Parts: sequence; structure tokens; C-alpha cells
Amino acid sequence: MGTILNILVDGVAYGMILFMISVGLSVTMGLMRVINLAHGGFAMLGGAFVHYFGAVLGLPFVAAAAVAIALVVLLSVPMERVLYRSIYRMGELQQVLATIGITFLMIASVNLWLGSSLLPIRLPDSWTGIVDLGFRSLPMHRLIVICVGLAIMAALYLLVEGTRFGIRLRAAVDNRATASALGIDTGRVFALTFGLGAGLAALGGILGAELLPIDAYYPLRYMVLFLIVVAVGGMGSIAGSFLAALALGILQQAVLYLVPDFGTIFFFCCVIALLALRPQGLSGRV
Amino acid sequence: MSPNPRRLVPDLVILAAAVGLFFVFPYDLAFLTRILIMVVFVLSLDLVLGYAGIATLGHAAMYGTGAYAAGLFAIHVSADPLLGLAAGAVAGAAIAAVSGLIMMRAHGLTLLMLSIAVAQVLQEVANKARPVTGGADGLRGIRMEPVLGIWEFDFIGRTGYWYAFTVMALVLVMLKVVVASPFGLSARGIHESPARMRAIGTPVYARLVAIYTLAGGIAGVAGALAAQVTSLVSLEVYSFEHSAEAVIMLVLGGTGRLYGAVLGVALFMTVEHLAAAVDPFNWLFIIGALVLGVVFFVPAGLMGVPGALARLGRGR
Repeated sequence: MGTILNILVDGVAYGMILFMISVGLSVTMGLMRVINLAHGGFAMLGGAFVHYFGAVLGLPFVAAAAVAIALVVLLSVPMERVLYRSIYRMGELQQVLATIGITFLMIASVNLWLGSSLLPIRLPDSWTGIVDLGFRSLPMHRLIVICVGLAIMAALYLLVEGTRFGIRLRAAVDNRATASALGIDTGRVFALTFGLGAGLAALGGILGAELLPIDAYYPLRYMVLFLIVVAVGGMGSIAGSFLAALALGILQQAVLYLVPDFGTIFFFCCVIALLALRPQGLSGRV
Repeated sequence: MSPNPRRLVPDLVILAAAVGLFFVFPYDLAFLTRILIMVVFVLSLDLVLGYAGIATLGHAAMYGTGAYAAGLFAIHVSADPLLGLAAGAVAGAAIAAVSGLIMMRAHGLTLLMLSIAVAQVLQEVANKARPVTGGADGLRGIRMEPVLGIWEFDFIGRTGYWYAFTVMALVLVMLKVVVASPFGLSARGIHESPARMRAIGTPVYARLVAIYTLAGGIAGVAGALAAQVTSLVSLEVYSFEHSAEAVIMLVLGGTGRLYGAVLGVALFMTVEHLAAAVDPFNWLFIIGALVLGVVFFVPAGLMGVPGALARLGRGR
């Protein structure tokens, strides 16, 4: 019983991190049809900035995180305007290569700036304790991650279903040409979505640093993991990403607890089986 | 193929370059041999990606399997190099056939993810099968007999160099025949339009699996070569970076052109070698810039540069 609960708590927390990092990737992929391998780089940049502001300059964690996320967003929007805009028109293979090239440049930049060692993030003391829920006690950090993840999901749902921007976004995902013919400024929608996705990735990278430690090679190491969430969830779907991230997070933690020696094999075999059965992902949008 | 002598010019250039490099850089033969092995690997990728248009980031799955198969074959069965190459080819083709049955049903992102997942699973299997593969320490103790019983593998790598060159040349010639054959043309056709190929009666799925299997055999040969020449197989053979670098080299040279694979590998590995020697910490800057430069400015790869210049010259 204790094991199952541990798996669930860790798995859900891990899933929330995956969700925060991957949701932007999924939506931008559904919007622009770009396989953006560099997306994990934004999570890494978020973590690197927090490390710098927190450990090097001594800012408190929450302030450092806020500044880091803002910086990543500020960085990502011009990148979208300058670099990605011309990548949208390329073929699939060229897109993969161009974004791998961007990933390499991000890695090299952080490597030059902060070195190739682990970049630890100091969480506030109040986050490292244990919370007593009456019937069980949970690590505070996991609880915060789960709450933030749920809050983000709810906020995204409201944004997409309830605002004008959400309507434009859905229209652009469904059919870019028609949306643009109807007078929707798809270029602006792209830029805003890209920035939002990058910011969420940074948040996920910062909160998830305990589970996915930050260093310069982070984007390359976890690239496959983030892409799998999108492939399993079905690209362009927020709910699909959420379900896929939760399922994969729980699966990952379950195999880690139950078959630690063969965790990776089992994990990837499940992914292969899932993709073989449902090539369009859980939420099947082509 | 028609015996048109002009067609042989690129092959003669490659042969001349191989002989020239052998005498100019006698102490860098190990590096040059690595280039030759990579050329075989990227040629195999060109068949899959350049000709049949199958986007994959897991081609190392077949390379690694070929390498482990050849290494284990040399240790447990026979240390004859040519039999080892055959073992590598069979193992690579077998993995490609099995994984191809699943992968060729998918497209786009799903296909990319499947290809990556297959390579990751194999890497973990090799990691966990420690008693057989040596796990993270790598497979050691490969001792090869002389090639054809005549040429011993020497310390400087002369035999390894010419051995790898001969295999590379044979693979290149074989692929030239394959891509000009109806089989090769159907691969191109599927790349252009699977629907039309299906309409004219090509069994598209079966054909894709067949192409993938053939390419898997060649990638297996490349892995086997690496295992035999370096006498070591490590888990890196399956790494994502290995697959990704192969794709970069292919696009750098030009996809769908066999000589593009040769050119791309030679240039990329030389730049990487020099950049890593000059500044081992920041060479990723150079590689990243190189990749972006190619994608943005010469999307057809280096093989497309003469054509682009000619169009520029004609003022178009």
C-alpha cells in the first residue's frame, strides 16, 4: 500500500513537471508543425538562470524564479521572430536539424557561461520539509509541484476555452490558412504561444530540478522524454499532453520502484507499444 | 549502369584522396578510418532518409547491433574479419526488419519517436546484459585474425584503413547499383508520393520494410567494421548523439546523393576533429553554427552548392 501511494505521489509530481515542460512543445508543434527539438533548452535556461540568481547572486528562490521565467520569455519571443519564423517553412528534416543546431548553441552558451557541472538550485527551507496530511505524510516539494501543475492546467483550460486569444489559438491550430484569411494575426498568435510555452518550460525546469537535474547537456539528455510526451499525447492538444505526461510520469516512477533494473527498457517498450497501437497519440489530432 | 567514363570521375577522386591521405597523414590513420566507417553508416542512412524519405533519429540501432554482433562473433565463434562483417550485416538487417515492421506504419513525429525508442531500448539491453556485452565497460577482448589470412591488423592502422576503405568502396558501388535499379527508383517514388506509388501497384509498406532492412544490413556492416578495427564496442554505439550526428552529416553533404554522404562525413568529422582539438569545451558552438548555416543557406547540402552557384551565375 505504501509503495503504491509513493509511486502515485512521485509519479504525479513527475508527470506535472513533464506536463509543464512539454505542453508548450505540443501546442507549438500543433500550431506551426515544427518539431522543435530545442524546447528542452528553455527549461534548462530557466534552471540555469535560477541557479545564477539564487546561488551566485543570492536572490531568494521565488524572486529568482520569477526573474528567470521572465528572462526566458523575453529571450524566446525574439528567437521565434528571427529564427523559427523561417524554420516553419522548411521540410521536416531541415526543421529537425535546425532545431538540433539551436540546441547545440544553447548547450554551448550555458557551458561557456556556467561550465558543464551540475547547476544546483537551492529550494527555500519551507519547501524541503514533510507535510502531515493526517493519514500520510508527503514531501512538501512534491505537494507544491502537484498543486502548481494542476493550477497551470486549470489556467490553460480557461485561457484556451474562455478567452479571445484562446479562440484564435484554437482556430490557428485547426487550420492556419483559414484562420489567417479570417483576419486572425497568426504571426502574433505564434509569437505569444511560443513565449508562453517557453515560460512554462522554464517553470517546469526550475520546479523539476530535483527530479531532472539541470546542467548544460540537459536539453539533449531529456529531449527524447519531452518529445515522447508530445507523441503519446498527440500534438496540439493540451488535454492530451496532460494525460500523457501523467501516464508517463506514473509509468516511469512505477518501473523505477518495481523493476529498477529494467526500468528504461520497460518504459520504452511501453512507449513503442503505445505508439504502434495509436500512431496519432492518445488524442488523435493529425 | 552504362560504362560512361565521366561517371567514374567522383569514384577516382575518392580513390585518389584515399591514397593521398594515406601518405600525407600516416599518423592519423585511426581518425581517417573512423571517417571511412562513418561514411558507410551515413550511406546506409542516405538510402533510408535521402532516397526513401523515412525520417529517423535512431539509425544507431542497427549500427550498434552490428557492432555487438561482430564483436561477440569474433570472441565466441570465429575471428575471421569477413565472416564478422557478415554477422554484423545479418544482425543489423534482422533488427531493422523487426523494428521496421512496427515503424513503417507510422509517420512524422511518431516515426521519429519510435526510431529513437528502439535505439534506447537496445542500448539499455546492452547495458543490462553485462555478462555478455560487458555493460558500461564495453565489450573487450576482440582479437581479429588477418584479413583473408594475409594482412594482419597493425598498431598504426594501415590494414584497418585499407580494409575499411575497401568495404566503403564496395558499399558505395553496391548502393549505386541499388538506387539505379527499379527497387531504388520505387524508394524515390515513395518519397515523392506514397499514394501514387500505391495507385500504380507498389506494395508501399512492404517496400519500405525491405529498404529499411537493406539499409540496416549496411549499417550493421559499418558497426562491425568499427568493432573489428577498434577492438572495442561501447554503449555509445547506440547513443542518440550518434544517430543525430549521422543525420547532420548527411544533410550537410546533401540527401539523396550518395557522394553527398561521403562529402558530408569528411567535412563534418574534420571540422569536429579540429574544433575539438582547438577548444575542447566550446566546439559545440562551431558544430551548432555549421548546422544552422547549412540549413539556412544551403538547404540542398554541399552537393547542391555548384547548382546554386550556377543559378546565381545565370542571374536567376
